[in-house]
Amino acid sequence: MNGLINLLTAAIRAGIPLLFGTTGEIITEKTGNMNLGVEGMMWLGAFFGFYVGLHTDSLLLALLCAFAAGMFGALIYAVLTVSLRANQTVAGLALTIFGTAFANFFGLRMIEANGGMLPRLSAKLSGVLANNPIPLLGDIPYIGKLLFSHNILVYLGIIIAVLAFLYMNKTRIGLRMRAVGEAPATADAAGINVTLTKYVHILLGGGICGLGGAYLSLAYFDGQWQNACVSGQGWIAVALVIFANWNPVKAIWGTLLFGMFEVIRFRVGWLRIPPAFCDMLPYVITTLILVIASIRKSRERRQPMGCGNNYFREDR
Amino acid sequence: MNKQPAIKLCGITKSFGSVVANHNIDLTVQRGEILALLGENGSGKTTLMNILAGIYQPESGEIYIDGQRVSIHSPEDANRLGIGMIHQHFKLVDIHTAADNIILGNEPKGLFLQKSRFDKVRELSERFGLSIDPMKKIYNMSVSEKQTVEILKVLYRGANILILDEPTAVLTVQEIRRLFDILRRMRDEGCAVVIITHKLDEVMEISDRVTVLRKGESVETVDTASCDIRKLTELMVGRPVELSIDRPERTHSGTLLEIHHLTVESEEGVRMLDDVNMTLKKGEILGVAGVAGSGQRELCETIAGLMPIKEGAILFNKKNIENMTARQIFKAGISMSFIPEDRLGMGLAASMGIVDNMLLKTYLDSPGPFVQKKEARLLAETITKKLRISTSGMNAPVSRMSGGNVQKVLLGREIESRPQVLITAYPVRGLDINTSYTIYDALNAQKQAGTGVLFVCEDLDVMLELCDRIMVLCHGKVTGIVNAADTTKEELGLLMTNAQRKGDSPNAE
Repeated sequence: MNGLINLLTAAIRAGIPLLFGTTGEIITEKTGNMNLGVEGMMWLGAFFGFYVGLHTDSLLLALLCAFAAGMFGALIYAVLTVSLRANQTVAGLALTIFGTAFANFFGLRMIEANGGMLPRLSAKLSGVLANNPIPLLGDIPYIGKLLFSHNILVYLGIIIAVLAFLYMNKTRIGLRMRAVGEAPATADAAGINVTLTKYVHILLGGGICGLGGAYLSLAYFDGQWQNACVSGQGWIAVALVIFANWNPVKAIWGTLLFGMFEVIRFRVGWLRIPPAFCDMLPYVITTLILVIASIRKSRERRQPMGCGNNYFREDR
Repeated sequence: MNKQPAIKLCGITKSFGSVVANHNIDLTVQRGEILALLGENGSGKTTLMNILAGIYQPESGEIYIDGQRVSIHSPEDANRLGIGMIHQHFKLVDIHTAADNIILGNEPKGLFLQKSRFDKVRELSERFGLSIDPMKKIYNMSVSEKQTVEILKVLYRGANILILDEPTAVLTVQEIRRLFDILRRMRDEGCAVVIITHKLDEVMEISDRVTVLRKGESVETVDTASCDIRKLTELMVGRPVELSIDRPERTHSGTLLEIHHLTVESEEGVRMLDDVNMTLKKGEILGVAGVAGSGQRELCETIAGLMPIKEGAILFNKKNIENMTARQIFKAGISMSFIPEDRLGMGLAASMGIVDNMLLKTYLDSPGPFVQKKEARLLAETITKKLRISTSGMNAPVSRMSGGNVQKVLLGREIESRPQVLITAYPVRGLDINTSYTIYDALNAQKQAGTGVLFVCEDLDVMLELCDRIMVLCHGKVTGIVNAADTTKEELGLLMTNAQRKGDSPNAE
């Protein structure tokens, strides 16, 4: 029992960074833009979050800067696709390349500045980010360990996903935003400002992706900067959007499943499976899940109709 | 009531690239009147109305609403001025409910969407006598239900200037009657209504005045009462037009296509065609009539090899075509020009030009790895000339062309492949009268060349004049095959609702 709880707990911690990326991308796609720059925005968030955390010791400032960095990446993408009507796929890929290279370049500089050692957050900040049980709730046997003994970013990720779901499905602006994503011409004719709606949500989605990067750099590696901290998580997050049918609450379960695969590969050493095979596993499973997820599907659980196409009112 | 006209347009000009869609157009609409906007395909009616709706910006000209000079920069501006437009292609979010579509952009105040929005919409629909289910998703709706949602959307916004772009093209006779009742009621309540339609009898029935556009210019405005269909056609085309359709004598004999006990099921296992027996002879036009969704589409697709046969056989020149692929059937001489509800859906690639669209059917026959552009270009030019297609260039995307011209390209390509059997569905849907006649002539030319034409159509008047025989489908069953010369509209109507004539064999000769 304890082994299982340990496994699940680790899966939650490994999966939640994906949840930020997936939620961010769901918001972006629901407004009609497919931003393949999730990986890049996570990298930007990872670097700026860590850098600010390292120098200010403030978690709040670190998260704000990570959010802003993700938004900045999304802004580049939004200007290219919404205002200049560039191809969404190309713009997203460019953003990924940019974000990855930027974070790695300055990551190395940060290591150099630290005398060649991997920089580490202060004990104070690491303490804030540690996996502390919540008083009382954390004392419940099993459940307490499983659900109430995580670092605060885990809870933040789940809260954001649930809020995103409520926002998109229950509020007026959410309705408008979904209309823009499904049928921009219809939304436009209804007097909705399509450009503004897209900008706001692309930026919001980018900011949330940035937070996912900050989770990885600040908390996932015990407060130590790793020059490969994001590597590939952004791509899995994009795939999870499809797995979750564009529903952030379903994405919670999806990310936990993937967290599980991440964790399992560290625990099957006794099976003598080659490590390269284990590294490959999440991507193979991503591919399989995409195939399965594409087979069934009612119309409401598909990608928003307007996604991938830029809107221009006078187009014929 | 305000003495000023509800809409006054002065000298509106709008061009797309080098094509002038509207040139110096004047138009006025009073409150309490219905104005019909008439013109051939591509004469700029939709463009002009889109300017009023804030979709397009004119290059020059002035717009007055209730005497006030206004500029309409966006659909939101149009909403504020009380202008509501119902577009030819519905502007609805497919996966949302009717209510969410209706309130979109004007939701009841508050951060959250309230459950009461469904009741609000139900109240509104009851007040105007338009029944809809507010919770129903758009993608589950029929065309006429979707249109009702569009109308409610406009009413919900309190629009008092109503623009309808070809609202009747996809409606049944009863639905059209209901729509016209609504429009009359709105007129009587002091709204200004502009309706675009190609059906001249509808213009005569519903409108108070008619403004005719030709090649992007306003030609004339007349009182409907002082006018007749012939006069309107002349104004529209610019010269007198013969309004009767030819039915040349059949000069060929022999059977092309025999269908025996054909049963076809949809993917969901619903029986779409049920024990259909029919023959198509050389050099005849066989009409297929029926209420929408009676199996017309399935019949066409099955003959063309796009749907599997469940039971029965299709013999083409005495040879079973059951196991042939669509391409083999096409090569054997059966050609289909199917005009689906969206004109570009099947048959043409929207972003390619006329030339490349010609290549779609011939590319496999060219020797070597390269396509034969030259022949395709020649073919494209022939069709363009023969059917008088107006286009900005042979390589301009067909999606930029007006609906009528798109249909001419499609039909022209199928005819030029010199088929023995030509299947054509709704070839004149949404087309103006002049273009329609061009297409009837083209079909007659095929008939005289010995082609068997299967002509699916919803306009019974046209079928009675053009076809040799008419087959009526009802729920996938053949309820009668009659000679067009000795039948009436009423009889066809009865057959369409399956009040079969007693003692009549379904294979009348």
